[in-house]
Amino acid sequence: MTQAVPSRIRVQPKAGAMPPAVTETTVEMQPLVAPELVFDSRGVSIFYGAKQALAAVNLGIRRGQITALIGPSGCGKTTFLRSLNRMNDSVASFRIEGSILYHGHDIYGSNVDRVEVRRRIGMVFQKPNPFPKSIYDNVAWAPRNLGLRRGLDERVEEALRGAALWDEVKDRLKDSALGLSGGQQQRLCIARAIAIEPDVLLLDEPASALDPIATGAIEDLMHSLKGRFTIVIVTHNMQQAARVADRTAFFSLETSGEKPVGSLIEVDETEKIFANPRDPRTRDYVSGRFG
Amino acid sequence: MSGGLVPDPTAPLTPSGNLRRRQIVSRVAEVVATGAAVIAIAALVIVIWTVVSRGASAISLDFLFTGYPTGVGPMLLGTVVIALVATAIAMPIGVLVALFITEYSGAKGARTMKLTLDLLNGLPSIILGLFAFVFIVAAQEKQTAFAGSVALAIIELPLIARGSQEVLQLVPGNLREASDALGIARWRSTLTVVLPSALGGIVTSTILAVARAAGETAPLILTTSAFDPNSFSINPFEALPNVPTWIYKVSEEGNPNGYAEAWGMSLILVSIILFASLGARALLARSKRKLSS
Repeated sequence: MTQAVPSRIRVQPKAGAMPPAVTETTVEMQPLVAPELVFDSRGVSIFYGAKQALAAVNLGIRRGQITALIGPSGCGKTTFLRSLNRMNDSVASFRIEGSILYHGHDIYGSNVDRVEVRRRIGMVFQKPNPFPKSIYDNVAWAPRNLGLRRGLDERVEEALRGAALWDEVKDRLKDSALGLSGGQQQRLCIARAIAIEPDVLLLDEPASALDPIATGAIEDLMHSLKGRFTIVIVTHNMQQAARVADRTAFFSLETSGEKPVGSLIEVDETEKIFANPRDPRTRDYVSGRFG
Repeated sequence: MSGGLVPDPTAPLTPSGNLRRRQIVSRVAEVVATGAAVIAIAALVIVIWTVVSRGASAISLDFLFTGYPTGVGPMLLGTVVIALVATAIAMPIGVLVALFITEYSGAKGARTMKLTLDLLNGLPSIILGLFAFVFIVAAQEKQTAFAGSVALAIIELPLIARGSQEVLQLVPGNLREASDALGIARWRSTLTVVLPSALGGIVTSTILAVARAAGETAPLILTTSAFDPNSFSINPFEALPNVPTWIYKVSEEGNPNGYAEAWGMSLILVSIILFASLGARALLARSKRKLSS
């Protein structure tokens, strides 16, 4: 790949002298005439052993936008998310059919290195999983291991500012990350992910383990990260999807043959999905008439 | 109703049917099991008490720091050297084996490796001594502390590997997932995230292994028993004085002074092993608690 990954984190020479630059990136968003696809999933079916988890998903993820994946438990939305950066590879019985193109390259292509995939496509998990290290080292760990040692302090500060956590932790960067609250830990995990300037952030129910106030902070954070990163979020919480997402994809369990299989029912602008969905199954789900 | 299996629900709640007999049986079982537990404790207490009461009088500064015939300094020094060399061999291999089991092998390989280690752990130490004797001592035609260390390393290896593996398995999988998701190759995350989290447990399993190996006698009799009891040497490539073989030697002589000396050395050995084991266990419990919280 010859295309360089553009630097989205601006290193400020005197960061302390400037006001936090958290929100300035959101205004850079320009409406795109022809949306550029970061991911193009074509006929993706996923199996765990003999069990089919997902059937023939065709879904494009647009650059710089937030795409929410919603649907009932077991509909395959997390499976789909984890297949975008090959986190399912560690599951022994995992098998995928179809193709997922990332900027035109097949994620599961034979010459693709999954470590490189994850370096560009970061992920934040349902349960905050900071390393048992200091706050600073949590953020600095990946850049250090990738050889990005120059300007490490600025990089850590910028990532923590980007995750709206800097003001809360700037005086205790050497303290253990495990002493932070759940919501702070999750924002630290986001800071850790954006510190290596990925292209995409995958969020797997990032707020489901958090209280409403911490959830609100995460949602504000997502708005501020929009545009800088392409974001895909899995959520159980429909209101959350409605609040944060540009586009929403509704997955459900469909019985084709004898066993129910996760399927993509409909994907559209978030307002359309919630106000005026095309598919009656989507309407039933978003209006709470599901099941 | 009366005489049936279901008792009269209005009868007083005293034992009915054969309940009285069943209670006596279970009472007897409880007493017998408690007695067995008391025997186990007594065995430890009696051994320690004997060693302390007979060995305490032999202990003095001269006994600890001078050579033969007034003290056992060379034996203590030699035992330390032999144990250190053994641990230097066994610890890196043991930790790597543990990492192989938890990070690389997969379920089937892990089962095979655990069984291998448990079998290795069950080998009689005299066999390992014989092994070191045939392949090192006989081949070089000379006894060396190093040969003893190799035998002790084989004793330590499964203990270190199994202990480390158990602690490594407690390192939460979501930490590995976190580092995977950051695009860092597995070995780097193993080295900088997984291992540091498990370090306390690895160190303590090593201490436990050393404590176990330090008292092993059979391999040392075959590999490093013809030594000068007055030489404060730390060269592992000659036969070094050491505590276990010296205990064996002086108590075999049938000389009262020898017995006193043997008890004194036993006391030193037992104290070191007991304190190391207790301390290591406390540390291990602490680091396991830290990992599982």
